[in-house]
Amino acid sequence: MRNSAGPAAALGALVVLGVGLGLALFWAPEDADQGFSQKIFYVHVPIALTAYACFGWGAWKALRLLWTRDGRYDLESYTAVHMGTIFGVLTLVTGSLWAKVSWGIWWSWSERQLVLFLVLFLFYSAYFMLRYSTDPGPRRANMSAVYALFGVVLIPVSFLAIRLAENFIHPVVFTRDGPQMAGSMFFVFCVCLAGMLLLAVALYQAELTGKRLDERLRELREALA
Amino acid sequence: MSGYLGDVAALARTSLLLELRSRDTVPAMVLFVVSALVVFRFSLPADASDLAALGLLWIAIVFTAILALTRAFVAEREGRVLDGLVLATADRSAIWLGKVVGVLAFLVLAELVALPAFALFFTPLGWETVAAVALANVGIAAVGTLLAAMAAASRARELLLPLLFLPLVIPIVVGGVGASVEPDPSRYLAFLGLYDLIFAILAWASFDYVVAE
Amino acid sequence: MTAIRARALERRFGEKRVLAGLDLDVPAGGFVAVTGPNGSGKSTLLALLAGLLTPTGGELEIAVERAEVGYLAHEPLVYRELSALENLELYGRLYRVPERRERIGMLLERYGLWEARHERVSAYSRGMAQRLALCRTLLHDPRLVLLDEPYSALDADGARLLDAELAALAGERTLVVSTHDPERVRPLATEELTLG
Repeated sequence: MRNSAGPAAALGALVVLGVGLGLALFWAPEDADQGFSQKIFYVHVPIALTAYACFGWGAWKALRLLWTRDGRYDLESYTAVHMGTIFGVLTLVTGSLWAKVSWGIWWSWSERQLVLFLVLFLFYSAYFMLRYSTDPGPRRANMSAVYALFGVVLIPVSFLAIRLAENFIHPVVFTRDGPQMAGSMFFVFCVCLAGMLLLAVALYQAELTGKRLDERLRELREALA
Repeated sequence: MSGYLGDVAALARTSLLLELRSRDTVPAMVLFVVSALVVFRFSLPADASDLAALGLLWIAIVFTAILALTRAFVAEREGRVLDGLVLATADRSAIWLGKVVGVLAFLVLAELVALPAFALFFTPLGWETVAAVALANVGIAAVGTLLAAMAAASRARELLLPLLFLPLVIPIVVGGVGASVEPDPSRYLAFLGLYDLIFAILAWASFDYVVAE
Repeated sequence: MTAIRARALERRFGEKRVLAGLDLDVPAGGFVAVTGPNGSGKSTLLALLAGLLTPTGGELEIAVERAEVGYLAHEPLVYRELSALENLELYGRLYRVPERRERIGMLLERYGLWEARHERVSAYSRGMAQRLALCRTLLHDPRLVLLDEPYSALDADGARLLDAELAALAGERTLVVSTHDPERVRPLATEELTLG
């Protein structure tokens, strides 16, 4: 089993993320308005983007499963969705922290990204409920794949809905200037993003390898029985 | 009517016939939605705006729909009829479409009572709300029927359907409330139409995979 | 001409492997009697052949289109709250049975259900429901007939009707019949498969 991708990604993640966070903390210029707290941006947004990437990857694997009817993709799709959900929770946590640090409140309905992730979190939690309450087999793999595809379509639709909803939800709007990114800020952001993506890849490979190992063990046990 | 549409018609007719015989789903929906509206009346403070009440209308509709959807595949689960239908239909999505027509019919029947009741208990309704409800019905029926089939295949069944359904129904609620409440409903109605189009196509294409074992 | 070909067919449910390493070759017009104790996978095999289950391992080729397969399961696969006639009407429509009315009438009559055709299936005895299931299975004159323990729940009359039906079908159609009583079908069977 080709396993070089995992450890390489893990090492890469460690290095790149380490560098990125270091740069974010010490090198990147402080934001004029928000001060030091703005630096959470270097963690929060890459995590959010990584979550999207994971959900997208999960949906791609789901599509492959439905197209080829090859059960191998089920585990890959599930693992990607799992990663996406973890990063999604982290997005909510870092976003909430940022809101607390910036405005003194733990939650804000005017934060579209945050609201979107709340909806996605609910959606993908239901994904796991679906999996846990269905017996393993082709049926479960198919249903999970279909649901994962629905999820990825839901992302833009929900975002649109949240934007439309702002008119009548009338949230108290806190303005936060989208970082007018100086070149240096953008560079640090990219490094952090790359680091997060590598982290996601590393975790994905780790979990996937572990699960495949479980499968293999089970097959061997049965063959011996 | 031959072919695919004929299959859909035959299956839809079957759903309606079953409901006519047993008469359990639609009366339950009607009673539920009226009771819910009364409960909402008591839960709103006296000075609550019409807008708040309209929001509650949409909640009532969504949960009444969940009632219908929970029962959507019950008749097929008894005696594993769904297996027979899956074997018999040339294109399994006809099963989905036939069911959607049935669910739509039940929703409309329930809303024929719910909307006047709402107008009576709370505030009169405009054409925008009715249009929004009509559009929302399509989205609810399309997505809900697919999810009902998924839930029926799981061990958790009725418990699972609301969990799968509610996140997907959020855009519908936004579109519906927006159309009911905002001075310019057209954007929200258009959004509902978009939702219907996207998710109906997705559900129609996916149903085959959901019933395959 | 081969109607069914299976190599190393496997079906597992979660952890449990119900069928494993099954090889099967059934020529068109063949009659396979499947026997074995409870839990040996007879029903699973028939469901696989019907296309209701997909194999989790091995290969399975069925030379017959899904629309030409007739499948009798443990459950009758009919709506309990509809009448026999309504059920068969629906299936006849879905299977595009030519001259539907006549065919339905003929089958109901043959299996002694004509009198009860307007009654709801929920009012039927187990034997009558099984006969209706047989009508449903044979309605579209399938080329491949899969019967999962068809004799269970049938009374003596019903069993005799089924004997006659099988005798008429043998050689003309491909049959796979699982049964606890292989004696009954042995004269007609071209092959016996024992599972478990």
